[in-house]
Amino acid sequence: MAVVDQTGEPALSSRRGLSRDTAVPRRTPLTWVRGGGLTTLLFLLPLLFAFGAFSWYPIVRSVLMSLQHTNLVQPATWVGFQNFEQVWHDPLFPVAVKNTAYFALLALLFGYPIPLVAAVLMSEVRKRRGIYSALAYLPVVIPPVVAVLLWKVAYDASPLGAFNTVLHWFGLGPYPWIQSQQWAMPSLVLESTWANAGATVIIYLAALTGVQTELYEAASVDGAGILQKVWHITLPQLRGVLLVTMILQIIGTAQVFLEPYLFTSGGPANATLTVLLMIFNYAFGNSLGGDYGAATALSLMLAGFLAVFSLIYLRATRSWSTR
Amino acid sequence: MSEPETGGLISPQEWEKPSIRWGIGGLQAFLLVALVVGGLGPILWLAKGAITPTIDTISHPLGLFPHGTAWSNLKEAWSTVHVGRYFWNTIVIAFGSWASQIVVATTGGFALSVLNPRYAKLINALLLTTLFVPAVVLLVPLYIEIVHPPLIHHSFIDSYWAVWLPAGASAFNVVLVKRFFDNLPREIFEAARIDGAGPFRLFWSIVLPMSKPILGVVSIFAVLASWKDFLWPLLVLTNPNEQPLSVRLPNIQAQTSLGVFLAAMFIACLVPIAGFLIFQRSFLRGGGLGGAIKG
Repeated sequence: MAVVDQTGEPALSSRRGLSRDTAVPRRTPLTWVRGGGLTTLLFLLPLLFAFGAFSWYPIVRSVLMSLQHTNLVQPATWVGFQNFEQVWHDPLFPVAVKNTAYFALLALLFGYPIPLVAAVLMSEVRKRRGIYSALAYLPVVIPPVVAVLLWKVAYDASPLGAFNTVLHWFGLGPYPWIQSQQWAMPSLVLESTWANAGATVIIYLAALTGVQTELYEAASVDGAGILQKVWHITLPQLRGVLLVTMILQIIGTAQVFLEPYLFTSGGPANATLTVLLMIFNYAFGNSLGGDYGAATALSLMLAGFLAVFSLIYLRATRSWSTR
Repeated sequence: MSEPETGGLISPQEWEKPSIRWGIGGLQAFLLVALVVGGLGPILWLAKGAITPTIDTISHPLGLFPHGTAWSNLKEAWSTVHVGRYFWNTIVIAFGSWASQIVVATTGGFALSVLNPRYAKLINALLLTTLFVPAVVLLVPLYIEIVHPPLIHHSFIDSYWAVWLPAGASAFNVVLVKRFFDNLPREIFEAARIDGAGPFRLFWSIVLPMSKPILGVVSIFAVLASWKDFLWPLLVLTNPNEQPLSVRLPNIQAQTSLGVFLAAMFIACLVPIAGFLIFQRSFLRGGGLGGAIKG
């Protein structure tokens, strides 16, 4: 929305804001100051400080640290790619990668279709739809630590545990839940899905309001049933949002930390050791001093993998998402 | 979510059919039951557990009504287990994080959107880049920076500044606020300038009062995120007397009985849930907004 002044040109204010020196052809430090350059910088100061100190500098620093040996006592020494090699040859590395991939895959299987089905059903609720979305969002506002610890109580492996009691009514169990190597990871994913599904539901509900209703009417005239309309209209109209939520979910679950840390500390027998838990253990797990080089190397490897994965994903789905 | 039901996925004609009416209606009723059980159930269970004697919760975890109440759980959690102090710590941390996010987002958004210097593009690009860097990359170098800050040779471990200041570096907030400022009518800025208002006056008396909706959304999510945060305060606040509730809860579990522990967790949920019930609209709109920006 460009503001047009009498001469028919877009007003300078819409492009240059309030800098008053735009008519002056030569720019010197003095004109810069007179034009409010210092004031602008003053307004930017909090942003530059916060991001410079707590975002840009640490990002650069993490690249440097991954090539160094640091223990906070002696000066850092350059070690080339030794940290990366160390992580790569760590026997726990393939375990952590496999577990993280397993978590992400299970989270996709549990957590991807449920919010979509729920949102489509909710968007067709005719009375008091707000109650549905409020209930769905409620777990999202509960502090994650409370959620995990509460589920940990419910996952009690004894027959008196909350979940085992319910399953007992149906003649099942008792199950060991987070105490068994086999069931620990699915148990973590179940809690994580419960905690996060509501946020996805809200995103889908917002996207569903953008579906053109004329398409539904046209399809109805052509004799399409409800499932056909969902398949041929709703899903194609949502595909952009669906693709984005999928990659965001994968990026999020690849960085899962709280669940394995609080539920199982990576156990039993490393069955829930994730990449982030491994980074945490490298840096903070040893009370004698952290291996910060290995920790930053592994976090950069994860970030690099996610960047490459996202690029391939976007490239592969581009034709499909914009068609 | 408020538009009239003229014709969505299911047309009025289709709603007339009994099979669809009952089929879809049945599915929706089932969904409602599932949401009540899954969404509200755990909170109600927590509330019940908070006032139930520990023995009763252990022996009848799913009993609908407690056999006798134990209000003492709440009292014991609040004073003996020091939940009161941790609760206060959580509020102090949330307030400081909120303030730092609001200051950075409003001044930065104002400079980039309204004052718009030549180098704004560069800063914008740098901001957007940080959105694509996973948070884990920052964890270790940020921690080292807090322990050994450059220039200042004084560790910020156990200082609330270590939590407050990094919270301000939220690119998401700046982008959100900047976009809102971008859409404010420029004519008003022009008029104010002609009337002699400088940038400070413009910021304080015109832009900020016009931006209450977006500041509300940013504030809500800032407080909620701070209330939920666990790993960062765990790393930089090592003194238990300074730690927020979320960091203390795992230790509280080891120290006390189940009933008192459930009471402590219930107290930890009160503020977020009350906030959600009061500002429901902003929460749900902000949730959709997050998706739109991330997309």
